[in-house]
Amino acid sequence: MFDFTFGLLSPAMVDLILEATRQTLYMVLVSGLLGTAIGLPLGVFLATSRPGELFAAPWLNSALGLVVNAARSTPFIILVVAIIPFTRLVAGTSIGTNAAIVPLTVAAAPFIARLIEASIREVDQGLVEAARAMGASPLQIVAKVLLPEALPSITLALTLAVVSLLGYSAMVGAVGGGGLGDLGIRFGYQRFMPEVMAAVVVVLILLVQGVQTLGDGLARRLDKRHRG
Amino acid sequence: MNAPVSVETTPRRLEAASAILFEKVEKTYSGRHGQNPVTALSDISLAVPEGAIVGVIGRSGAGKSTLIRLVNGLEQPTAGRVVVDGVDIGALSEQALRGQRRAIGMIFQHFNLLARRTAYANVALPLEIAGLPQREIKSRVEPLLELVGLADKRDRYPAELSGGQKQRVGIARALATQPRVLLSDEATSALDPETTNQILALLRKVNAELKLTVLLITHEMAVIKAVADKVAVIDGGRIVEEGSTYEVFAHPRHATTRSFLSALTGANLPPYVADRLKAEPGPGRDALIRIVFTGGHATDPVLSRVARLLSVDINIIQAQVDEIAGRPFGVIVISVPGDAPTLSAVTNAVERLKLSSEVLGYV
Repeated sequence: MFDFTFGLLSPAMVDLILEATRQTLYMVLVSGLLGTAIGLPLGVFLATSRPGELFAAPWLNSALGLVVNAARSTPFIILVVAIIPFTRLVAGTSIGTNAAIVPLTVAAAPFIARLIEASIREVDQGLVEAARAMGASPLQIVAKVLLPEALPSITLALTLAVVSLLGYSAMVGAVGGGGLGDLGIRFGYQRFMPEVMAAVVVVLILLVQGVQTLGDGLARRLDKRHRG
Repeated sequence: MNAPVSVETTPRRLEAASAILFEKVEKTYSGRHGQNPVTALSDISLAVPEGAIVGVIGRSGAGKSTLIRLVNGLEQPTAGRVVVDGVDIGALSEQALRGQRRAIGMIFQHFNLLARRTAYANVALPLEIAGLPQREIKSRVEPLLELVGLADKRDRYPAELSGGQKQRVGIARALATQPRVLLSDEATSALDPETTNQILALLRKVNAELKLTVLLITHEMAVIKAVADKVAVIDGGRIVEEGSTYEVFAHPRHATTRSFLSALTGANLPPYVADRLKAEPGPGRDALIRIVFTGGHATDPVLSRVARLLSVDINIIQAQVDEIAGRPFGVIVISVPGDAPTLSAVTNAVERLKLSSEVLGYV
């Protein structure tokens, strides 16, 4: 079989990198899904609860906005450490891949919420007015107008979120979260194995490229605003 | 035309005869951040007879957008009532209002079609919202696409359609729930003149075939002229003139109406004449007279008769013969010698022919 590493990495090291890649994908996927499950409704609510909107609740909107901003402005590495008690409560431990999913989700949800909010707010208000004129309820407007019309933009937003999570997931190595970042620090930096560091970076670049290409292609297919 | 009915004595009957009725409607927006409240509409009373096409014309900011949104409750009046098909829109709960909106179709200047739905799916949307089963939706949408002439475009997305085609989809969508009233919010303002005429013809067709009452707002007198039976001119949030389209075109009273009509009825003099126009007669000056031909007289050879009768020289400055609401209508601006005896002889002769004339000035 062709050696993709050109003999720079031992087979054992290749196995470690593959395992770390699997851990990173697992963390990103699960925290991305959980983050979306929380962030999507939160983002829709943030977009539609401002004064004069479908679910106008200015006070709650401001309060949620404040919480989201607080979470977004906390540096991720501090967030990871700060919520260790919460992580232990949810995951039963504060070490390992499953434990790392907790801070990743906590960081991803408000980020995704803000992205979704922006996507929803981009939808032409004329469409909302047309739907109201048809006798649509606020929930129907969300389900049949806002979300479907914002879907290409939401797809790009989630792509951005996944790419950001790939970056964040490298940091949870600091608390024993595993994954590519952890491997890069322990072997590449602490044991001074530059070839491992390079391999980790290459794998991350490939992952980001892959995710971005997939997201762009999907968004393009969903977007019907161009002719033909 | 129905005989006028007094509101005080028989309010029920008036409501029954009008598809839409505005009663002393006022709309004020509370000022933001300590600013003064803005009055968008004041003292609006207007009856839209069942089956009629009524046009409201006004400049941008005159309040016409607010006016049309009161009909389906997208805006609520701060005073007065809006009654649609006998139902007081302001008295409805949010739930009941949603049901009522299904009986009121609306089309928009920028079409407001969903970009990610095909023509078919856009027309189906109000039916999905109403909770109809797919089979029934299909049986309603396809004849509608046929009606607006887009049966072959059913699977096209809005981006693949021209402006006129998009508005046709908009009309089909507005008709999907089989409403009794159609609101048209500047529906042709984003379209070129030819497409505008096609869309207006379609509006007339659905008005006639489906016995649909149409309330349209526009800033173009040409739209009113082409389709409206009745017109209301709105300026500064008030209706300044109202009447049958023909009457308003033939005898505009308010300055706003006149300025809207100027391009269409020849009140706009060519610049080389307008620049020299004086208010006072003077030696050697000719008088400019505007004569409006209406009804049966519109096609009479009035001028040659007057010229022969009085043996004066008549110069035609501008002339236009047109058709408004299906009746012939003409405007002519002539110049005659400006001395008082000739002038009064000419105006008397015109009046004897039961035409209205107006001395515009002297050149």
